[in-house]
Amino acid sequence: MSFPWANDYKPSHPFMQWMDSRLPLPRFVYDAIGAGYPVPRNLNYWWNFGFLALICLGLQVVTGIVLAMHYAANAGIAFDSVEHIMRDVNWGWLMRYSHANGASAFFVVIYIHIFRGFYFGSYKPPREMVWLLGVVIFLLMMATAFMGYVLPWGQMSFWGAKVITGLFGAIPLVGEPIQQWLLGGFAPDNAALNRFYSLHYLLPFVIVGVVVLHIWALHIPGSSNPTGVEVKSESDTVPFYPFFIAKDGWAALAFLFVYCAVVFFAPNMLGHPDNYIPANPMSTPALIVPEWYFWPFYAILRSFTFDFFFIPAKLMGVLAMFSSILIWFFLPWLDRSPVRSGKYRPLFKKFFWYGLIPSVLVLGYCGGSHAAEPYLMMSQLAAFYYFAHFLIILPIVSSIERPDPLPFSITESVLGHDDKAALGGKAALGAAA
Amino acid sequence: MAQDAGLATPEMDAGDGVRRRDFINIAAVAAAGVGGLATLVPLISQMAPSADVLAESSTEVDISAIKPGQAIKAMYRKQPLFIRNLTPAEIAAANKVDVGSLRDPQTLDERTKEGKTNWLITLGVCTHLGCVPLGAGEGEVKGEFGGYFCPCHGSQYDTAARIRKGPAPKNLEVPEYVFNSDTIVKIG
Repeated sequence: MSFPWANDYKPSHPFMQWMDSRLPLPRFVYDAIGAGYPVPRNLNYWWNFGFLALICLGLQVVTGIVLAMHYAANAGIAFDSVEHIMRDVNWGWLMRYSHANGASAFFVVIYIHIFRGFYFGSYKPPREMVWLLGVVIFLLMMATAFMGYVLPWGQMSFWGAKVITGLFGAIPLVGEPIQQWLLGGFAPDNAALNRFYSLHYLLPFVIVGVVVLHIWALHIPGSSNPTGVEVKSESDTVPFYPFFIAKDGWAALAFLFVYCAVVFFAPNMLGHPDNYIPANPMSTPALIVPEWYFWPFYAILRSFTFDFFFIPAKLMGVLAMFSSILIWFFLPWLDRSPVRSGKYRPLFKKFFWYGLIPSVLVLGYCGGSHAAEPYLMMSQLAAFYYFAHFLIILPIVSSIERPDPLPFSITESVLGHDDKAALGGKAALGAAA
Repeated sequence: MAQDAGLATPEMDAGDGVRRRDFINIAAVAAAGVGGLATLVPLISQMAPSADVLAESSTEVDISAIKPGQAIKAMYRKQPLFIRNLTPAEIAAANKVDVGSLRDPQTLDERTKEGKTNWLITLGVCTHLGCVPLGAGEGEVKGEFGGYFCPCHGSQYDTAARIRKGPAPKNLEVPEYVFNSDTIVKIG
């Protein structure tokens, strides 16, 4: 699993030795996130976001369990119980604001984590499984976040639930029965609220399970790094503890600083005021929008305003929205370039910064706006680019691109030379060029 | 024969090429599999609408107070229901439209009961993304075609609640209903 030079766990205390021969849990931790796990020495700040995501998950689980002690999942009193948490429960406001903004923070972190993967080619062999499990975690996060947003049973909760479950109604023939089965009724009501609550409590623990698999799969080849050159020798790595734990700790501090600033000084900045109006099935809010982290996908959903051959526009929008994430599952096989890191891929880099990033930002902006022109046209163009990026541009770029020369090793990229380099590394490449 | 098979060692076949152990193995896995699948029936169907939800799935509405040109909003299956008493002018406007030119071609007669063409009963649920259209309440915007207007994404419905403009794919849904009497209509 690990590199041959990884530190071996040697418990000195008799109790730890006794433990090690019966339940080697400390050894497991030592090898996974301790001094027994060598990581590349050149990891930059983008590599802190996996750890930050873990912090967010912990934060959400703890604040969520506390909220569950005071919340009532009943359509008649759910809204009031949330207000009860805000006004009457000791520190309830802090728990709720931490949880609501924790979800946003989690998505900020996870989006950076995902785009780190896009740019540095973290999905490439031998780490395809790490990537696939990551996409599964992201899908679970989306489901969890959506159902959590329904729980306060405000106007946006109700109409969000109605629109999203209505998507299943677009499926031919079985759509309507599926929708009624999902809701346990003809429209979102008590049955739907209860099951969403049950699943909102369950899914985070499923996420924890898949995170364990994600880290397990990562530790087989070891962490990737900004050069994309695999670890070759001991001089390329440092032990995870104390070196990278310290850097993660510093990143966590910086992250919590920003997070706390939002929780304490702008707790409703990312929320929608309509969700402070109790759910009313007889009146629709003027603008139904999901939380900001779903805006790009919502824009893709709404960008299909025309029938596509025999597929109706609504179904097409639903298919496109789900495909926009499912396409990530195929990424390791769409990008055929043998060079992992975008740093050494001049053409890929251009499409990443001037194509993919702007298209996602435009989609996000349009998804939060009214479904009218010019936003429809903008989201159609951006959605077209988004799909083209993965299905057309990546395969073509990876076959025609001439990558920049790679460093011989991680050590060389850090120190400028590596004694083990057969041809003298960069110097030899420079002479050849 | 059966007795012979019973005395044979498990590896020996029963005479017809079927080994006794294979048979038991397949039978056991099949029984456990069918039993396991059977437990899915209650686990899945518990999520379907429950008896109390289904019990409320039909509604009776008194329509005697609705004058021509007026409409009311009622609640049907926890969703808004529009009941509209069309004026002769509105009926004429609906019948004047070339049905072939519609996105979801239907005549007013197909959307109402015989002899009661003035009673237009539809769900108040926009077929685009499920918003509640305006036009049933007093003083609400009725849109370009004098029917209903959805404020969410601008779908416009005519006086037969047929989609005429905007993103919605279908006409407002006409639920199942019967006239119990001239003044009581039972929906669902």
